[in-house]
Amino acid sequence: MIRSLPSSRRYRWSFNLFIGAYFVLLFAPLVVTMILAFNDSMYPSLPWEGFTLDWFFGSGPEKFGIFNDQANLRSLAFSFRVALTVACLSTILGTCAAFLFEQENFRFKGALYFLMIAPLVIPGVILGISILMFANTVGIFIEDLTGVYVKSLVPGFWLVVLGQSSFISTIVALVVSARLKKFDRSLEEAAYNLGANRAEVLRYVTLPYLRPSILGGAAVAFLMSFENFNTTIFTVGSQATLPINMYMQVRDGSTPVINAISFLLITGTSIFAVANLYLGKKKED
Amino acid sequence: MSGRIRLNWGFLFFFLPVALWLLLLIVLPHAELLRLSFTSSRPGGFTLQNYMAFFSEPIYWLTFVRTAFYSVIVTFLVMVIALPVAFYITKVARVRAGGFLMVLILVPFWVSELIRVYGWIILLRESGVINRLFTSIGLFSQPIEMLYNDVTMIMGLVYTSMLFMVVPIVGVMDALDDSLIEAAYDLGASKTAIWRTIIIPHCMPGMVSGGIIVFMLVLGSYLTPNLMGGKNSLWFTEQIYNQIILYFNWNQGAAFGFLLLLLSSLIIWIALKVTGQNLGEVVK
Repeated sequence: MIRSLPSSRRYRWSFNLFIGAYFVLLFAPLVVTMILAFNDSMYPSLPWEGFTLDWFFGSGPEKFGIFNDQANLRSLAFSFRVALTVACLSTILGTCAAFLFEQENFRFKGALYFLMIAPLVIPGVILGISILMFANTVGIFIEDLTGVYVKSLVPGFWLVVLGQSSFISTIVALVVSARLKKFDRSLEEAAYNLGANRAEVLRYVTLPYLRPSILGGAAVAFLMSFENFNTTIFTVGSQATLPINMYMQVRDGSTPVINAISFLLITGTSIFAVANLYLGKKKED
Repeated sequence: MSGRIRLNWGFLFFFLPVALWLLLLIVLPHAELLRLSFTSSRPGGFTLQNYMAFFSEPIYWLTFVRTAFYSVIVTFLVMVIALPVAFYITKVARVRAGGFLMVLILVPFWVSELIRVYGWIILLRESGVINRLFTSIGLFSQPIEMLYNDVTMIMGLVYTSMLFMVVPIVGVMDALDDSLIEAAYDLGASKTAIWRTIIIPHCMPGMVSGGIIVFMLVLGSYLTPNLMGGKNSLWFTEQIYNQIILYFNWNQGAAFGFLLLLLSSLIIWIALKVTGQNLGEVVK
C-alpha cells in the first residue's frame, strides 16, 4: 500500500496506470498546443503539413506570425504594464497587511482579518463587476460635484489594476505572513536596545529577513495578474489584455498564431515558475 | 515595548494602506453592488424588481440551480481524483520522485486557464487532433463532435481546478505518519478500512480547504463553460456577463452578482460549519 508495505502486483500496476493517465491528461492539451504552433497549416489542427516558423516570424500575405501581429503585440505589452503595476501595488499592500496582522494589536483585528481574506472566496466575476459599478458611481459623483471628468475611473488601465489588486494583495499578504510568523522578534528588540528607531529596524532587520518572501509574492502577483480573466473582463476598456484578446480570437475561430503565443507563454511561465520554486526553496533552507 | 509614539506611527503606516484597500476595493464596491441591485435603471428609489425577474424567469433560476449543482459535482469529482494522486506523491512514489511529480503538477497551472481550455478545444473538436487520429487508425468511422456538451464541460472544469485540491491534500497527507498505516495493516485492516478510518479523517482539513477554493473557482468560472459547454449549458456567470456587457442592464447584473455571492458564501459557510473549521485556517 505505501512504500514500506507489500502490495499485490495488480494493485501496483493499476495504481501506476492511473497516475500515468493523470499526467498524460495533464500535459496533453499543452503539448499538443505547443506542437501545432509549428504546423505549416492555416488551422490549428492535424494533418501535419510540415514544419514552419511562420506563426512566429511570418510577415504575410497569408500568415502573420506573432512578432508581426500588431494587435496581439499591443495587448501583450498592455498585459505586461498591468502585471508590473499590480505586482508593485499588491506587494506594498500585502506586505503592510502582513505586518499589520502579525505584529500589531488593535480592536476589531479579527474582523479586519476576515475582511482581508474574503477576496479569496469571492468569485472573481463579482469583484470585477462591483469595482466597475463603484468606480462608475464615484466618477459620476465627482463629475457632478466638481465638473471634473476622472478618466482613470472608467474601464481601462487603472480599473484593471485596481480590480486585480483587490484580491492579489491578499495572496501576497498570506505569502509574506507565512515568513513573518517565523521571525524572531528578539532581533528587533536587540536593534531597539542598540538605539535604532522603527524605520531603521524595518530597513535593516525585518525587511532583509522578509526579502525572499516579498520577491516570491511579487512574482506570484505578476503571474496571477498576467493570466487573470474573470475580474479583468469587466474592467477593460478599449485596449484588451492578452488573455481577453486571445479569448476573443479563440471564440471567433483562430489561426495557429494563438498556438505560437501559447508556446511562448507556456515556456515563459514554466521557466519563471520553476525558477521561482527553486529559488524559493533554496532561500528557505 | 517602550516608545508609544513611535509605535503608533508604525501602526498607522501599516494600517492606512490596508484600510484604504479593504474599504475602497472590497467594502464599498460590494455595498454599491447591493445598492444597485435594489434600484432600477429609471429614477425612483428602492425596488425588488431585479430579484423578481430572477424568480419569475425560469431561464435565470434554472441556470442558477444548474450552476450550483454542477459546481458541487465538479468539486466532488476533483476530490475523488485528487486523493489517490496526492497519496501516490506523498506515500507511494520514492521521496525524490514525489518532489519532481509535485513540480510537474504545479507547472501547468501557472499557464493561463485560457490556454489550457484552448488545448482541449484543439484536441476534442470535430476537426481536432483526437478525431483525426482515431479516424485514421479506423477507431471512429467518422469524426464525432466531442465539444459542446455537459460531460466535456465538467471534464474541463475538473481539469482547470485540479491543482487547488491536490496542493492542500498533499500538504496534510505529508504530515500523516506512515506508521499509523503500517500498524493498521499489521492488525489486518483492509485497504478500504485504512482509507475510511485513517487517511480520509486525517486529510479532512486539506479536503475542506481544497473543496472551498475549487467550489468557488468553478462557480465563478466563465471561460471553461463558455468555450467548452454547448448552447444549452449556460453558466450563471454568463448571465451576469450578458446583463452587464450585452444588455447594459447593470441593476439586473448587480442582483445576479449578489445572488451568486450569497450562494457561494452560504455553501462555504455550511461546509465550514459541518466540518467545524474556520476560514482563517482554511485559506492558509
